[in-house]
Amino acid sequence: MNIPELKPLGGCGGGRRASNEKGADMHRRDLLKSGAALATITLAPGVTLMAMGDGVAAKANPGVRWGLLIDAGKCPSDCNACVTACSDEHGWENNGLDTDPQWIRKVTLRDKSTGRENSLPVMCQHCENPPCVDVCPTGASFKREDGIVLVDRHTCIGCRYCIMACPFKARSFVHEPVTDQKVTTPRGKGTVEGCNMCVHKLDRGDGTTACVEACNATGYKAMIFGDMNDPDSDISKALASYPSIELRADLKLNLGVRYQNI
Amino acid sequence: MERIIYRELKSTPQVWGLLVLLCVFIAAAGAVVLYVEHYGHIVTGMNNQIVWGLPHVFAIFLIVAASGALNVASIGSVFGKVAYKPMARLSALLAIALLVGGLAVLVLDLGRPDRLIVTMTNFNFTSIFTWNILLYTGFMVIVAIYIYTQMARGLPSYAVKTAGLAAFLWRLILTTGTGSIFGWLVARQAYDAAIMAPLFIVLSFAIGMASFLLVVMGITRMTGRAFGPELRTRLARLMAIFIAALLYFTAVQHVTNIYAAEHWGVETFILRDGGIYTFLFWGVQVLIGGLVPMGILFHPTLGKQSRMVVLSSFLVIAGGFAQLYVIVIGGQAYPLEIFPGFDVSSSFSDGVINSYTPSILELILGLGGVALALAITVIGMKFLRILPNSLSDANVTPKT
Repeated sequence: MNIPELKPLGGCGGGRRASNEKGADMHRRDLLKSGAALATITLAPGVTLMAMGDGVAAKANPGVRWGLLIDAGKCPSDCNACVTACSDEHGWENNGLDTDPQWIRKVTLRDKSTGRENSLPVMCQHCENPPCVDVCPTGASFKREDGIVLVDRHTCIGCRYCIMACPFKARSFVHEPVTDQKVTTPRGKGTVEGCNMCVHKLDRGDGTTACVEACNATGYKAMIFGDMNDPDSDISKALASYPSIELRADLKLNLGVRYQNI
Repeated sequence: MERIIYRELKSTPQVWGLLVLLCVFIAAAGAVVLYVEHYGHIVTGMNNQIVWGLPHVFAIFLIVAASGALNVASIGSVFGKVAYKPMARLSALLAIALLVGGLAVLVLDLGRPDRLIVTMTNFNFTSIFTWNILLYTGFMVIVAIYIYTQMARGLPSYAVKTAGLAAFLWRLILTTGTGSIFGWLVARQAYDAAIMAPLFIVLSFAIGMASFLLVVMGITRMTGRAFGPELRTRLARLMAIFIAALLYFTAVQHVTNIYAAEHWGVETFILRDGGIYTFLFWGVQVLIGGLVPMGILFHPTLGKQSRMVVLSSFLVIAGGFAQLYVIVIGGQAYPLEIFPGFDVSSSFSDGVINSYTPSILELILGLGGVALALAITVIGMKFLRILPNSLSDANVTPKT
């Protein structure tokens, strides 16, 4: 029997094998609705193993390093478009409670010596050497070959060690039951979550993230998304032309998110 | 030398009454686990800034105390002190029991305790948690073998010594692993220090000895078996030395941090401006749990009084608990310094001292772990020949 590979949805950890190659343009929802490529094996009477997928053993492209460049000089303190877009895209909500999740947040900075104020978004920095991946006991925290750091919600046991280890407060623990999840972003009570660089959008070929789309729509254009390994990409050109920094550069984590004009 | 005869505990109302009481606490903790698993951690005091709370303090306390409880056995088997050997079985049993109690609290506080099996099937060997899973289970197996070598007839004497040495070395590695949970956290200003591992080892010596003293004094009193005053005083003096060592390591930890300007913020917070954490550090950890019991136990007459040894043991436990509370919770309360040189603010508590009020649920869960550890100890003594008929001073070499 030809058993199609089990392929969970992007963003829940299935991204480890999620396609951004052949077959990536097929919308996952359509795939599920169609019921195509559904295989069933009867292991024993009453016990069946079901596998869904398009049969493509696709992987993230190891030649790509997805990254973000954020220009704090173009990011007004009263704009929250990227945060709202992320919340809408992935279905998380922060109503001001300490227990609420927050995948991306606007941070206001005030220089202690000069008093100059600045504003910028902070989210998972998608480290090349992520401490969250190092400390995760089950390997639920993992890094895709294209540099995106994700949480596999199927193997996350909710120990929160990754939250302790993250230098950027980029992760949240889900404290309550979750209802009405987005089909592209599985979430669940008792597990840890954070920015997944809109892996579902990338895998279907959108080539950008919800926060960057929203930022561009405002006209501020403070965020650039792209492949940092491609010298011809907008992000690589911008990084080559203007000074930029990584947060907590002392930790030498080689971040996928860079900042200008802090 | 007096012949040591080990006997199971008799079925007295006190023993059964104690077990029933402990079972009430365990059942309450079980109910809490089901409640939290149903509603989520929203019903606890923990949040997205303080993700490890009171249950973790209890769990780490019990796990650290577990390795320390093995001290008495190690002194007998590894370092050849005959007077300690009659207590070795109880020492080893208590070590396993405390570890089980601590691990129970830890795993039952997981966001998905139902997925515990995943930790046995998915290993990530760069995680100290993964290593700890192996260290903890390995500890239980080795100490169980150690108990077996002590209880089995006809085994050569080197069997006990070898098993005792293995258990002793393993417990040092185990507590190194527990301390490294924090020592290897590079992100947070309060952690990221190599001294965490030896600090935890010395902490285990102190709170492990305090736990052992309370259990052995409690059970000998309850069952009417002798516990020699000379033996008690020696253990208590040893605990006083451990307290001194713990204070020394704590001082080195903070003085080293204060030397570097980058740590001034977190040190000022813990030592001066941290409110409850500053109080717990100076008032409970250093004074009540450190200097006071050390003073009592080194005192020529007070240190020999049974009541004072009990009081000192409770104080050491309170001090150790406060120390772990300051490390675990205080370390998270201090904000992450993502932007050095800037004042920061956001909708996700950047730049502010994070608040945490433990809920009664967390307390019940933690106490359930303590009750489980004690219940295992009592049940072990009830059905196995763990406790000698007498722990009199007959085998203690008189001081010359």
